[in-house]
Amino acid sequence: MQWINAVVQGLLLGGLYALFATGLSLMFGVMRIVNLAHGDLAVVASFLALALISGTGLPLWVVIVVTVPLFAVLGYLTQRVLLQGSLSSGPLATLLVTFGLSIVLQNVLLEIFSADTRTLDGGAFATSSFQLAGSITVGWLPLVTFLLACAVLAGIQVFLSRTGLGRMLRASSDDRETANLVGADSRHVYGVATAIAFATVALAGLMFAMRSSFDPATGPSRLIFAFEAVVIGGLGSLWGTLLGGIVLGVTQSLGAQIDPAMTLLAGHLVFLAVLAFRPQGLLAGRTA
Amino acid sequence: MTLLSIRGLTVHHGLLRAVDGLSLEMERGEVLAIIGANGAGKSTLLRALAGLDAPTSGTVHLAGRDITRFPAHRRVSAGIALVPEGRRLFRSLTVEENLLTGAYRGRPGPWSLEAVYELFPWMPDRRRQNAAQLSGGEQQSVAIGRALLSNPDLLLIDELSLGLAPVIVRRIYGALRDIVAAGTTALIVEQDVSQAMRVADRVNCLLEGRSVLAGRPAELSAEQVERAYFGIRDGED
Repeated sequence: MQWINAVVQGLLLGGLYALFATGLSLMFGVMRIVNLAHGDLAVVASFLALALISGTGLPLWVVIVVTVPLFAVLGYLTQRVLLQGSLSSGPLATLLVTFGLSIVLQNVLLEIFSADTRTLDGGAFATSSFQLAGSITVGWLPLVTFLLACAVLAGIQVFLSRTGLGRMLRASSDDRETANLVGADSRHVYGVATAIAFATVALAGLMFAMRSSFDPATGPSRLIFAFEAVVIGGLGSLWGTLLGGIVLGVTQSLGAQIDPAMTLLAGHLVFLAVLAFRPQGLLAGRTA
Repeated sequence: MTLLSIRGLTVHHGLLRAVDGLSLEMERGEVLAIIGANGAGKSTLLRALAGLDAPTSGTVHLAGRDITRFPAHRRVSAGIALVPEGRRLFRSLTVEENLLTGAYRGRPGPWSLEAVYELFPWMPDRRRQNAAQLSGGEQQSVAIGRALLSNPDLLLIDELSLGLAPVIVRRIYGALRDIVAAGTTALIVEQDVSQAMRVADRVNCLLEGRSVLAGRPAELSAEQVERAYFGIRDGED
């Protein structure tokens, strides 16, 4: 029963990993940008929410509803102002820009908020749970996070497959020049992709912040989870990312069941095994 | 009425002057074929017209409007569509999705998904298939359909028959006749000179980026075309 419980908890955690990894996958898929600041963006969202709550006294859900669209706008602007210029200089330039962004964000957070460890207080909702069966208890927060992640992924999937702009995102991912030929302004398309990436990473960051503590230096250690989810699932496939997140979450959870010190190591080992034996990922696809 | 007017267009490909001071005009509703040997600058000319390669000097006017500095996506709105060399379909998209990308800018005109399906009757049955699974001729048809869905005034087709079986080429040229009949002007680059002479209202032969021969196919002798094509000057043979 303990093991089943571990699988259920891992599954729910995996949803959060998938939500968190989606933006990384999307930015790589559409623009070939590996965003090294991805983890830090999640942490920035957490701190921003913290500041908003202590500054305005608004309830948490209002802060989430404000922060996520704000990040979408920030994402669009970041692409147009910061990343677009470096894109023409090749993948190394964009890698360096996002690496620089990561360091700047960490230090700005350190300057403003100090190195103290914080959590986002989700109130009773964050700690309450219900009995599923026998000894399996499911927390409301992990469950809602999981459902939210699935809903967001499904929403992005519908956007990519059913709308003209979504089709253009996929077309640009296949062949940017030809996408221009049929009328795509790649700067706008890239801006939209980055906006989606930033919005999802902000949402994931807020969910992370409610379930575990964070400080200005947490970003890079979070980033590795996103990388692992993306690589395990298969680059460029949304459902692959969900699968990758779930595999990572379940592995970590089972590892913790054996020995709490095994939690992260177990995830890394599966990641390494996938890289070694199935480098294209479990679900190799190119839907995004 | 003049649709396209190119004046002194020069396009560099790195250090190479791929198109060299080229001028030409196109009337609405005609088919102009650009012929010439490999490296004569045909593809570069088409890419420059579509906005993929920036010209060094010269001007391009479409229906009286200066589009010389327009990026590719704005030229689609202005009314130019290019069927690129090698078809370049989006390989992770289905046939229908590939076609629909052409309609992204939503330019009004006679071409819709239904009209393209009518032009290529095999397409509706395979619209859910991945574009990468099609044969070369089918891919070329989809690439043409995709360009048509942007409802262009000027359709540019690069290397229409390259790598296709003669029977397929004939079928696609049959479709081109319908396309022009619907009011589209076509500028095609064709390797196969005799094919170009058959379908075009006018041909223009390029050599090292310059126009060396232009005229109506009926008015040009085979010898003239051959000399222009290979760059043989008078008295050299």
